[in-house]
Amino acid sequence: MSNNRKKHPRPGLVLEVDRTTPPTLFHHGESFRLEKLPTGRSRIIYPAEPLPGLRDPNGAIQHALENPLGDSAPLSALLSPGMKLTIAFDDISLPLPPMRKPDIRQRVIEAVLDTAAAAGVDDVHLIAALALHRRMTEAELRHAVGDRVYDAFSPSGAIYNHDAEDPEGMTSIGTTPHGEEVEINKRAAESDLIIYVNINLVSMDGGWKSTATGLSGYTALRHHHNPQTMVESKSFMDQENSELHKSNWRQGKVLKESGIKVFQIETTVNNNTFGYDGPLAMLQKREWEWTLKDRALFLGMQGGIKRMSPQARRKAFNSWESPYEITSVQAGEVEAVHKQTTENVYKQHLVKVEGQTDVLTMGLPYICPYNVNSVMNPILVACLGLGYFFNMYKGKPLVRKGGVVIMTHPTPWDFHPVHHPSYIDFFERVLSETTDAVEMSQKYEKAFAEDEWYRHLYRTSYAYHGVHPFYMWYWCSHALDHLSQVVIVGGQPDAVRRMGFRPASTIQDALEIASDTVGFSPSITHYHSPPILMADVT
Amino acid sequence: MAKRLTSKEIKRKTRQIYRAIGNTPNNFRSLKVIRSSQFPYRAPTTPKGVTPLESESKLGGDYPTKWARTVPSRIIRTATTELLARPVMNFLAKPKRTGYDRLESLDKQQAVIFVANHHSHADTPLLLTSIPIRRRKRLIVGAAADYFFSSKIGGALSALFIGAVPVERSKASRKSSDQIASLINKGWSFMVFPEGGRSPDGWGQAFRGGAAYLALKCDVPIVPVHIGGTGSILRKGKLWPKRSDTTVTFGTPIWPEEKETSRSFSTRIESSVATLADEVNQDWWTATKRAHSGSTPKLHGPDASPWRRSWTLGNNKSISTPNKKKWPTI
Repeated sequence: MSNNRKKHPRPGLVLEVDRTTPPTLFHHGESFRLEKLPTGRSRIIYPAEPLPGLRDPNGAIQHALENPLGDSAPLSALLSPGMKLTIAFDDISLPLPPMRKPDIRQRVIEAVLDTAAAAGVDDVHLIAALALHRRMTEAELRHAVGDRVYDAFSPSGAIYNHDAEDPEGMTSIGTTPHGEEVEINKRAAESDLIIYVNINLVSMDGGWKSTATGLSGYTALRHHHNPQTMVESKSFMDQENSELHKSNWRQGKVLKESGIKVFQIETTVNNNTFGYDGPLAMLQKREWEWTLKDRALFLGMQGGIKRMSPQARRKAFNSWESPYEITSVQAGEVEAVHKQTTENVYKQHLVKVEGQTDVLTMGLPYICPYNVNSVMNPILVACLGLGYFFNMYKGKPLVRKGGVVIMTHPTPWDFHPVHHPSYIDFFERVLSETTDAVEMSQKYEKAFAEDEWYRHLYRTSYAYHGVHPFYMWYWCSHALDHLSQVVIVGGQPDAVRRMGFRPASTIQDALEIASDTVGFSPSITHYHSPPILMADVT
Repeated sequence: MAKRLTSKEIKRKTRQIYRAIGNTPNNFRSLKVIRSSQFPYRAPTTPKGVTPLESESKLGGDYPTKWARTVPSRIIRTATTELLARPVMNFLAKPKRTGYDRLESLDKQQAVIFVANHHSHADTPLLLTSIPIRRRKRLIVGAAADYFFSSKIGGALSALFIGAVPVERSKASRKSSDQIASLINKGWSFMVFPEGGRSPDGWGQAFRGGAAYLALKCDVPIVPVHIGGTGSILRKGKLWPKRSDTTVTFGTPIWPEEKETSRSFSTRIESSVATLADEVNQDWWTATKRAHSGSTPKLHGPDASPWRRSWTLGNNKSISTPNKKKWPTI
């Protein structure tokens, strides 16, 4: 890609499919499909090209720290000798795929620690704000914060994973007017200042969600991670219409009023997920712009993937680190910062789309926030498609009420026994009985959330919390409430049926199945992602 | 008794049967598959209503030549220069090479710019085979971007066999000069014909300022070279070479002076090449005296109409050879 095109990226595109449109790329887990969509009634939404990255990220970070937004003082003025400082940072779920070194968190944390050292701050703790996610391994922590930081704080145990199930480590802050309990990490709550280092990959991230969710536990999370909040969040990526966002903001207000000081540092990255020139560069190009090299690499990659064992394939895909570039850094008061950050995220992601569609197709990639270095189990497949991709809209959903979503993913009946132990039981015991989110929340959620074995694995192993698979299913609530059918192309039939979806072997079969509800000539929209795009539907 | 079929006939019959039942096995289907192949085996079509991307030009001044400066390419270049170009030049041009002693003052690692007059396509291989091999190891040759790099194959051959780098001569661009300057700064010597093209009429053309500009920018010396007689071998407009005696004369390296402009430096370079030409045509002493008195004959001849320029060329009639064919080809 020429420098000129990197400097002047093209916005997203809605392409009407005609006879001249080449087959369209569908991600298919750890593989890809090229599918011909029906002409005359199909359209494809392409993401915007990557915005140019900051030329001097370290300079921009320094500038943001000393020129904060909102009513916050510059960071150097907030730090003083003898104070208690806690630096919290986003966990392994961000960004996706993990970014190439140096990670943004490392750059920001090093800048913050430089300032803290200059101010003579001794009592500093670094906490991976992972809420109910799995703990990060040493290698993952090192990747996120860098070796210098890890080696400086690890020997004294001052860098660690947040533990939401530590009875001594959590503290209750209060209750919102809506009756939502607020609790966060005790060390953070008792600190004179919390500095939160965030990566805003999508518009849902950041703001009060960072502290109110990232540093909290089940007691607080259950108030917004529930089917009702999710159904009413239309969508949870659109802050103005997200109940999830509002609930987090209410909890944030309680934190603020309790005297907890938060200095928020938010960063945004561009859409350079697969690189401009690397072996995966074709994945972020439009198909008709694939060069001979792109096509040869694609065919070679497909050939290679077919011959690899699932383990080798997973390892190869998980080894990809995105060459993301930082597009903005904001620091200061949480809400002022987040407002600016959201605008910057929208600049990269928003694509204007006119009208809804009968059928929405999407190719699901190999990764979602909860299977980094892990297995994409069927529940995560549903969560990625119906939770994340379906909700990547502003205004109206891309697909009409009663429409159909067709997703492509192998959906193997496969679980990572260390990372997702409660998922296995959820899939076997809960989903075999009901797929209704409300019913399962009433009947099973508490038992899973308070199960001592899952609690033990969450605290001492690398397991997601016992309640996490429920949250993943709740994440799909809005889509399941909105759609008449979900079809998974290429998925393992048993696994797909267990979730109440319909399996299909080809897109044509899936359209045939969809015709039961949307007729034989439905309008079709393909959501061509990743890289990430958010549809602004009018 | 039924006729016994040969293996060829059996294959043909089998193919007919498969075709009839529409169930062709893979080995018979391969041609059909190739014929009907689609994206990504074939290049994609651009959908209607989409503005195609402007193709990123890799030709002309944008032609990438980095690969031609890698060690394997340099080995190939040295081998072809020594084993192919040198015997061919010795046969065609019978060159008389002089002035090597003038290069002795230069440091062995010193990057230099070789500047020569230009009459023929033979000038490049002749000068390449004349430049001492130790100065040829890291040598690039300025070649017209619009001529040598107008196609991928031409560009690749030029880059590989003569170490050509594109030089823009038809449009103002700093890209090529910046690229060459960075290579000179890395220790690469540069060879260029500053007239910007072969002589159209046997006389030289005014030197352009690029070589002087680069020498000033990179603070490297210019080695003036005069090439004589190649106009008879492959002058402009001729397709086939003709044998002729040639001379290659190296001059004393000239360093840019402090606060010298590229225009005045370019004039000095042109004068020194003219002095070398005079040296070849007369003798060193006469040429030196003329140079000091400012009466060295100009390389680019008189400012007059084409016939008078041709007339003044006098004895150097080698550029004009009578057509030996009795009848024109119709």
